[in-house]
Amino acid sequence: MSPELAAPTEEVVAQTTIPEPVAPNVVFDVRDLDVYYGEFRAVRDVNLEVHQHEITAFIGPSGCGKSTVLRCFDRMNDLIESARVDGKILYHGVDLYDPRIDPVEVRKRIGMVFQKPNPFPKSIYDNIAFGPRLSGNKGNLDDVVEHALRRAALWDEVKDRLKKSAMGLSGGQQQRLCIARAIAVEPEVILMDEPCSALDPIATARIEDLMQELKSDYTILIVTHNMQQAARVSDRTAFFTTEVNSESDTRTGVLVEFDSTDKIFSAPSDERTENYVTGRFG
Amino acid sequence: MSDLMPPDVERLLLDATTSRSRVLKNRLASIWMLGALLVAVVPLALVIGYVLFKGIGQISVAWFTEDLPTITRKAGGGMGPAIVGTLLITLVAALMAIPLGILGAIYLHEYGGKGRTARLIRFMADVMTGVPSIVMGLFVYTVWTLTFGLNGFGGSLALGCLMLPIIIRTTEEMLRLVPDELRQASYALGNRKWRTIMTVVLPAAFGGITSGVMIAIARAAGETAPLVFTIGAARNLNLNIFDGPMTALSVQIFGNAQTPFEAAQARAWGAALTLVAIVFAMTILARVVSSRVARRHAA
Amino acid sequence: MTLLTHDSGVAPGNGGDASSLLEPTSGRRGDSIFKIVALAAGLVVLAILALIAFSTTREAWPAFQQEGFGFITSSTWVPADGKFGALAFIYGTVLSSLIALVLAVPVSLGIALYANEAAPRRLRKPVVYVMDLLAAIPSVVYGLWGIIVLAPAIQPVYKAISGAVGDIPILGWFFNGESGRSYMTAGIILAIMITPIITSLSREVIATVPSAQREAAYGMGATRWEMIRAAVLPWSRGGIVGAVMLGLGRAMGETIAVALVIGSQAKITTHLFEAGDSMAAVIVNQFGEASGTHRAALIGLGVVLFGVTIIVNVSARGIVSRFDRRSQGA
Repeated sequence: MSPELAAPTEEVVAQTTIPEPVAPNVVFDVRDLDVYYGEFRAVRDVNLEVHQHEITAFIGPSGCGKSTVLRCFDRMNDLIESARVDGKILYHGVDLYDPRIDPVEVRKRIGMVFQKPNPFPKSIYDNIAFGPRLSGNKGNLDDVVEHALRRAALWDEVKDRLKKSAMGLSGGQQQRLCIARAIAVEPEVILMDEPCSALDPIATARIEDLMQELKSDYTILIVTHNMQQAARVSDRTAFFTTEVNSESDTRTGVLVEFDSTDKIFSAPSDERTENYVTGRFG
Repeated sequence: MSDLMPPDVERLLLDATTSRSRVLKNRLASIWMLGALLVAVVPLALVIGYVLFKGIGQISVAWFTEDLPTITRKAGGGMGPAIVGTLLITLVAALMAIPLGILGAIYLHEYGGKGRTARLIRFMADVMTGVPSIVMGLFVYTVWTLTFGLNGFGGSLALGCLMLPIIIRTTEEMLRLVPDELRQASYALGNRKWRTIMTVVLPAAFGGITSGVMIAIARAAGETAPLVFTIGAARNLNLNIFDGPMTALSVQIFGNAQTPFEAAQARAWGAALTLVAIVFAMTILARVVSSRVARRHAA
Repeated sequence: MTLLTHDSGVAPGNGGDASSLLEPTSGRRGDSIFKIVALAAGLVVLAILALIAFSTTREAWPAFQQEGFGFITSSTWVPADGKFGALAFIYGTVLSSLIALVLAVPVSLGIALYANEAAPRRLRKPVVYVMDLLAAIPSVVYGLWGIIVLAPAIQPVYKAISGAVGDIPILGWFFNGESGRSYMTAGIILAIMITPIITSLSREVIATVPSAQREAAYGMGATRWEMIRAAVLPWSRGGIVGAVMLGLGRAMGETIAVALVIGSQAKITTHLFEAGDSMAAVIVNQFGEASGTHRAALIGLGVVLFGVTIIVNVSARGIVSRFDRRSQGA
């Protein structure tokens, strides 16, 4: 929590136009985040911090809103008509949902890798070059492409067929291609929404190693339904679960506990967390 | 089990002893189905056969290069102006209908979705595909020809109106086939919606769109009625689509078919062969493109 | 195990300065402009349809005004006397289209069933190709073949049939006449032309029959024909009716082929082998030399044709969507 802000008055908060001061290594400061689809509250009361050059994992049973929360960080939820957000996500002190902000700019700094690899039906080269070309970079992109592919541990496998279609790669290769594609636009943060769930164990292991390498340059948020993966890979973990709303017979996701990964998996504070990580349910 | 099964069939299925009449009926049905196919193939073979047989004698270099003969009942001359006319008028129609059609389909699928405006446009596009081509011809006659006279462009307008709804509907189908994940990947890289459409969605749908466009062009190239009212009749080559009458293969066939003169009728067969060749080429090309696209998606 | 050489050629973004996010960007307008342009393109469809209705009616108005309802109820069409009653042509359009349906529907349905149910797998694609080719042949080529080949060849057939049954009641009402260019010939040519469209639409519908239904019938020991009657036909009924109606619409609007082979005589008769006329054929045959009210009357025929084909088309689509079992979640 930010040491400087001691209970600011409502007035002061409303008038704040400069970025709010936060500790320098906190990339995201999420405060009282609720996500609605229309009238239905899908997730409530999320409070957490994401630290620079760390891997932060969201775990929990399916349907508890982990992906929904993740997609708030790059405003991908905007693509759903009825989606609405209450509360704040401060990115280096700036509220991502400030009306002045263009979501397109947000996504250039906060990239995303999806559950199912989704390379464009273009050549490997054009996939990677796609992002930089958006910024009007028409020059020689060979260096950019090579560096992104090296960083994603894919260069040696594809360097001789950059002009071939990306659709010819295996699933694991395609996912690393998507990571390289995201890296090529030089984001600060990479969001990963269950990046390994469509891959076999060997491909999964390669990507987990890759994440460890990447965190020295990037900040990574990952949603995973595989809690062993979270335990292996992440520095901090947030555990979500669902609550049943008896009147409307719906379920709302809620953040139960957020702490360092060691603590979550060895000595969780909340009983629900303990039940989940020890496999008693979920 | 279908609750609409006719009771007599249901009874038959449960009663194994009348098997001979069941087998007979089944056999008759099979004969009917196969026979239907043969019945359809016969006219196709006859028409194509006659066109080939009677038209091939007309084809020569002069056929493509010379103007139409001044005296209809005599042989000689060629179909140069008509061939050029068909190609030129159809091309201009396509240049108008393709961008409009693709943009309209983009609106329907990428922006309109299930909204009321989109549903109305979609419905009206379907209605428009059913408007007879002669009505399109009369329509363009009233809004263009009466004011600007007989020229090739009127024909292009009419053909464009025929092509537009076909292009809109087939393009929309192709856009629907582009997986949404590709759009998401593009947005996640910080790409705007319109650029996503232009750089990701359209390229991905390109093959299917091309195939649909070619089918629309093939249909338009074969049309006669819309041209009869709008392009007039010309014997010589006219490359200016805005000024003065033109002629086209379809119109030539129509005119020559109605004469009693052998030579004119022979020209009609030659023109028919030329027209059918053009139309078939485009149709087959469209199929080849679409099956190659289908193979790529399956891979 | 390191998979990478630590190559910091791609610099991770410097996120420390996030306040630049608050600055306005220029790109947002591009999206609104593009959307408006695309919407405008879509609206062109509505504009054209409205314009068709409006401008053809306006040009035809003098004739409508002069004849009133007589335009469609009177069969006296004598341009020289300024009389424009279109009933004979409406009758001709309907009659030739009905003949076409009677001939085309059994054939189309048979082919659609054959392609989906009975054909060996390897033959399915060729069947579709044959239908595509049939559909691709321009109508004027069918008309040319009809007037030069079919009409003269079939005329002796008509003569023979007419001679044989012309005096028998009921049969004689229809199978009478000796003209190669006649309602019947027009119906035949139309049937050839609308078969591909009815076939391909029916095929699409039949292909959506869930295999569970077919298997249920086979499981009870049904022959293929019984399975078709039990599972396929009830399921596809609505779609097939819709396909037939679309074929009807197409037949009614067909101009050139009909104009060449129908005989161009304004006559209301049940004798199928006699010459007649249709709305579309009259328009294209008389337009060149018409002027004034005559021309307005011909455009008026176009208006009637426009209205009728729209009604048929809309009803067809309504029936198809009403009976679309897929959307009913059946």
